[in-house]
Amino acid sequence: MRINFRAIGAIYRFEMARTFRTILQSIASPVISTTLYFIVFGSAIGKHMSAVNGVSYGAFIVPGLTMLTVLQQSVANASFGIYFPRFVGTIYEVLSAPVSYFEILVGYVGAATTKAMMVGTIILLTSCFFVPLHVDHPFWMIGFLLLTSLSFSLLGFIIGIWADGFVKLQLIPLLIITPLAFLGGAFYSIKMLPPLWQKISMANPVVYLISGFRWSFYERSDVSVQTSLLMISLFLAICILIVARIFKTGYRLKT
Amino acid sequence: MNPIIEVSHLNKIYAGGFQALKDVSLQIDKGEIFALLGPNGAGKTTLIHIICGIVNRTSGEVLVDGHDIIRDYRYTRSLIGLVPQELATDQFETVWNIVRFSRGIFDQPKNPAYLESVLKNLALWEKRKNKIMTLSGGMKRRVMIAKALAHEPQILFLDEPTAGVDVELRKSMWEQVRRLRESGVTIILTTHYIEEAEELADRIGVINHGELIVTEDKSRLMKKLGKKELNLELKAPLKAIPEALSGYQLKLSPDGLVLTLAYDSTHNESGITELLDRLKENGVSYKDIYTKQSSLEEIFVQLVHQ
Repeated sequence: MRINFRAIGAIYRFEMARTFRTILQSIASPVISTTLYFIVFGSAIGKHMSAVNGVSYGAFIVPGLTMLTVLQQSVANASFGIYFPRFVGTIYEVLSAPVSYFEILVGYVGAATTKAMMVGTIILLTSCFFVPLHVDHPFWMIGFLLLTSLSFSLLGFIIGIWADGFVKLQLIPLLIITPLAFLGGAFYSIKMLPPLWQKISMANPVVYLISGFRWSFYERSDVSVQTSLLMISLFLAICILIVARIFKTGYRLKT
Repeated sequence: MNPIIEVSHLNKIYAGGFQALKDVSLQIDKGEIFALLGPNGAGKTTLIHIICGIVNRTSGEVLVDGHDIIRDYRYTRSLIGLVPQELATDQFETVWNIVRFSRGIFDQPKNPAYLESVLKNLALWEKRKNKIMTLSGGMKRRVMIAKALAHEPQILFLDEPTAGVDVELRKSMWEQVRRLRESGVTIILTTHYIEEAEELADRIGVINHGELIVTEDKSRLMKKLGKKELNLELKAPLKAIPEALSGYQLKLSPDGLVLTLAYDSTHNESGITELLDRLKENGVSYKDIYTKQSSLEEIFVQLVHQ
């Protein structure tokens, strides 16, 4: 099968150029807001909190906060990346080019994943200034970060195709992703919840992402790492199936 | 001539049930300038978008250089450049990055020298580092052309290329189009400026309500459907056409000062000499005489209102 690598590269570079053109919103903004979380929850309040699963509270929230931002950034970047050309009409060029849907996807989602990974890495580096941080399994840490960025970028891509206005573009990230991320154990261990809420929390996919990611740092998790991996893979597979369906039908792309 | 685009029995019905194209069949020859005319909503853009791959066809076949646009989409799309109606570009990017993106997405290797020549030909080279948002409307329109040419297409679709462009720029764009044709590019343009089609096109297609009413060589179309008129400015007004001239298809202007004869210039016997003799015999004298041919615009209006 022939792949139009130049087209993938062109879309990827174009999207990355947008990131660097809007570096304040793309990178500086999430880093600043996460730094504020570290200052408030990590350094200020964290000093008065007891250790969670043997990890100081400030260090405990680092994986959760990183994941929280990575989720939001993946969705925001990928959804805007595909929605913007639809909104301004430049999508005509992508659709009339000798490029397959798969290549379009790799270009847009690849760029969104890269941006989310960049932001995640910068946040982790920033956290070193506030809390003592160590990573027990760096390979798994990168793996979880990559899988999460990729699957939520795919979700963002789906949202960007589905949305027919800026309101809809913000709807799912604001009403679903952010609450799920906050209730997914970013600031606490699920085991700290009453039994009923522990069970309810298991329906939240973000719990598995944060738990797996946190395990790669401290070998402490709310669910087993295998379960986390399985759930992320399942989520990724569902997103791929939806994207495949969108491409097959040309939903919101071709009339 | 070799057809570079062959459209056969093409139909397009949108999801809401609106039929935008009805059994359209059309051939476009390599190296020609083909003007597709039609009122708003006639189906021009839908036809172009189907050929370019932006809109799905409902039924029918479209071949570009002998290749099916679905089966061999990579090949067919690589031959085509499209200048859309709307000025759809990323306003925050520079001219250079925009055209470089267009070349890359069409799977062409980097060629800064070629892009430089495209921008220079379109008088955009000096603006290459400018963001699109800082350019005038005419320049943006030229950027759209530069984008379409960035991958060295053999076929160029110009969908309303000079809409909203001033007369001077329009004429310079016509020159561009001619130069492109000379370099071997096949050009298909849609326009509302009939004058533009009259000026540029080799062949004309008229589409209305999704149906292709006519496709014809421009000069043949004008001869076939155009009327020629002989106008005689009279020295003294006539109250009515003299009885002796009733055998001619004459019209008298309301002020009685102009006699008009509609005639067919393709016939050897137009009847003009005979008419002039008869006028003299009947004492009708004239101070001026001139002929007028129907414009393409008049033919177009006549066709779409049939």
